[in-house]
Amino acid sequence: MAAAEQAAPLISVERLTKSFDGHPVLRDVTLRIEEGDLVSVIGPSGCGKTTLLRCINCLELLDSGRVCVAGVALERQDRHSQPDRLFADQAHRLRAEVGMVFQSLNLFPHKTILENIILAPMIVKNEPKDAAVANARRLLAKVGLSKHENRHPHQLSGGQQQRAAIARALAMNPKVMLYDEPTSALDPELVDEVLQVMRDLDNEGMTQVVVTHEMRFARNASDYIVYMEHGEIVEISDEDEIFINPKDDRTRRFLRQYMETA
Amino acid sequence: MMSGSLFRVSGALAAVLLLILGASAAPAQTDSPAADPAAVAVVEAPETESAAAEEEEEAEGVPITPEMAAEAEETVEYTDADFAGVEAPAADAGILRYGADLEGGVPYIYDDPENPGTLVGFEVEIMDHIGGKLGRKPVFVQNDWDKLIPGLNRDLYEMAIQGQEITPEHEEAVAFSVPYYVTALQLCVRQDTFAVSSLADCRGKTVGVLKASLSYYILADLGGVDIRAYSTEVNGFNDLENGRLDAVLFDGPVALYYGGPRPGVKFIKQEIGRISYGFAFPADEPELLARVNEILMEMRGNGELRRILDRWNLWNPLVAAEFGDYGPPKSDPVLYDQWVAQQGQVSGFPEKIKRYIGFLPVLGRGALITLEVSLLSMFFAVVLGFLLATVRVYAPRPLSLLATLYIEIIRGTPVLIQLFFIFYGLPSVGIRFSPFWAGVVGLGMNYAAYEAENYRAGFISVPHSQMEAALALAMSRWQSIRHVIAPQAFRVVLPPVTNDFISLLKDSSLVSIITMIELTKTYQMLAITYYDYFGTGLMVAAIYLLLGLPFVRLARWTEKRLAVAHPGARR
Repeated sequence: MAAAEQAAPLISVERLTKSFDGHPVLRDVTLRIEEGDLVSVIGPSGCGKTTLLRCINCLELLDSGRVCVAGVALERQDRHSQPDRLFADQAHRLRAEVGMVFQSLNLFPHKTILENIILAPMIVKNEPKDAAVANARRLLAKVGLSKHENRHPHQLSGGQQQRAAIARALAMNPKVMLYDEPTSALDPELVDEVLQVMRDLDNEGMTQVVVTHEMRFARNASDYIVYMEHGEIVEISDEDEIFINPKDDRTRRFLRQYMETA
Repeated sequence: MMSGSLFRVSGALAAVLLLILGASAAPAQTDSPAADPAAVAVVEAPETESAAAEEEEEAEGVPITPEMAAEAEETVEYTDADFAGVEAPAADAGILRYGADLEGGVPYIYDDPENPGTLVGFEVEIMDHIGGKLGRKPVFVQNDWDKLIPGLNRDLYEMAIQGQEITPEHEEAVAFSVPYYVTALQLCVRQDTFAVSSLADCRGKTVGVLKASLSYYILADLGGVDIRAYSTEVNGFNDLENGRLDAVLFDGPVALYYGGPRPGVKFIKQEIGRISYGFAFPADEPELLARVNEILMEMRGNGELRRILDRWNLWNPLVAAEFGDYGPPKSDPVLYDQWVAQQGQVSGFPEKIKRYIGFLPVLGRGALITLEVSLLSMFFAVVLGFLLATVRVYAPRPLSLLATLYIEIIRGTPVLIQLFFIFYGLPSVGIRFSPFWAGVVGLGMNYAAYEAENYRAGFISVPHSQMEAALALAMSRWQSIRHVIAPQAFRVVLPPVTNDFISLLKDSSLVSIITMIELTKTYQMLAITYYDYFGTGLMVAAIYLLLGLPFVRLARWTEKRLAVAHPGARR
């Protein structure tokens, strides 16, 4: 029994479907991610990779299928017979296990960096302020922003804001970190400082899933790469193999196009 | 005698509202024979009649016909709602409650202009005397003049005063004391009028009377007179002086006090009609009536009543004959002289200033109430508006539709109707507010709808990604709204909310129509008493400006602050 549980992946997505206004965005997606993995999800725009991420932390509720993160599962047979509100509590519990960093820089503009980080631990987990602040300072040191704790978001560069957003997500002690194109909105020279934080977290054993267009990062840092197209997972491969010798024609076409434009 | 036209208009409007309410309740009442007959009577009253009555009452000095007068005389069925505004203390052996109407109550009972908050008048002095003899403290209960008699039968007070005429028709409804005063009608013309020197000369002339008064019937009997009905005697005298009327025919004391101080007005020496005043009691309270009669007879006998009437300059041959007292005056008309001096054609600038300074405490009290009503309404509006906006934007569909419905109904109907509905309408379903709280609730509910729309705009201005970021941190929806969305929305809505408060301050003048004596009502009362709409009006306008000024500044400041904080806040 214990062995079986240990063998269960940290994230498991099974037969997940999701459509918007009748247009299928994810079709029957199944994916398992082990603890400590750093996984990159790549694919052309509109392939469903962002929606997959948002379904994992239930910002979008799946139409049918099953999502399980760190033992908290959400399963739905049918969207019409089981309305969204039935799953509100479960979605909320599942979200507590998952940290997320968005493409848009969405720190809370009316709060300082430190206040951004301590808000959720204090009101969601009822952490005392002293403890929340101490933890926030530790995380700010980790992402290299110790000097900026009293600044407001608009006083920081995009890269600094994304690092602060990572610290804010980490303050909730998530088991998994999800990143939705975390560097797309950044000037090129600011990209590396964000990716470096993610590499550091990988070294500490954090499980991370990154939707990205940074092929270099995907290739160098990921344990493996998921290639998606038209709402389906086309290929899951070792990071080098997919670039050198993709199994699927569609992957090959995408990567060739991508390399030519880049 | 008369009462404030505003009170009557409000009564008529309340009746219209009741019709609407009653109509919806009507089916239930038809199967229940035990339904309150008064309520049914109101339900069955044709709506057009109420509407017509309402129009009549708004106009002053309109020509009236015998049909209209007869209609006005018809017995009106009152319901509890008509007395919603009356704040009467409970019956108590230690007090003696009496009903009267302070508006236009000179010289019977009125608020002392020199000493606001103190009641004066010749009937007040008689009441004090009676109270002293009975060992019961007289307690005044404000009610509209035309509802004083119906109020008796609802135990709002033990007796109704203020020039109640002893007539056979009235005696069918209530019991009267012995007369404490007798007077006649007084015909008044302009000093330069020589064509009218008796009642008979009124044929072919335009004459002003008070509504539903003896004057009307006397002029109607005379025939050929263009009769104009007024509800405020000041307006009658104004129209006489400015030439709209050839003469006015009012009760003696009214003519004396409102016409006497005017140098342009001439009194015609002719006794017209005979009016006896008696205190009115419920028909089934003979003991109190008997005691009051004893005291009145004693006052008539020992000259105490005469002394009071002399002080008020009200003694006349008719009273002398009634009391059998033909002796010399017991006092100089000191209180009448004082009134004339107060009215006095204050022409000198320093006197005027002195009088205006005298107004300040009364206006100050009115301003304080205006501010209280406004601040409390705004607080109510801000809280309720926030909840409404939250529900409208974030709640599931049926709830958010309800919030939308509320907002649209409130914004789509006049706040005046809402105030009438709350104050006069809700008592018929058992919800009673004092005038103050009716004003706060009415204005608060009204402004909540506007605040809700402000907040909604604020919520929408906060990017959706902020909500997602908060949810992704495992905050609940409510926590996200409270800690992340609302504070950002608040900055955006602060300037419009502050501006709304300034309008609310001005709209609070509307609560004057539900018997609240705030700044605007104080203005009306002072202006009627002194016939000075101009100077008093300027003072009141200045006070409103001063009250609003801090909030105008606040609005500017928030706008500026926002302009500085905003551009960098979101990129």
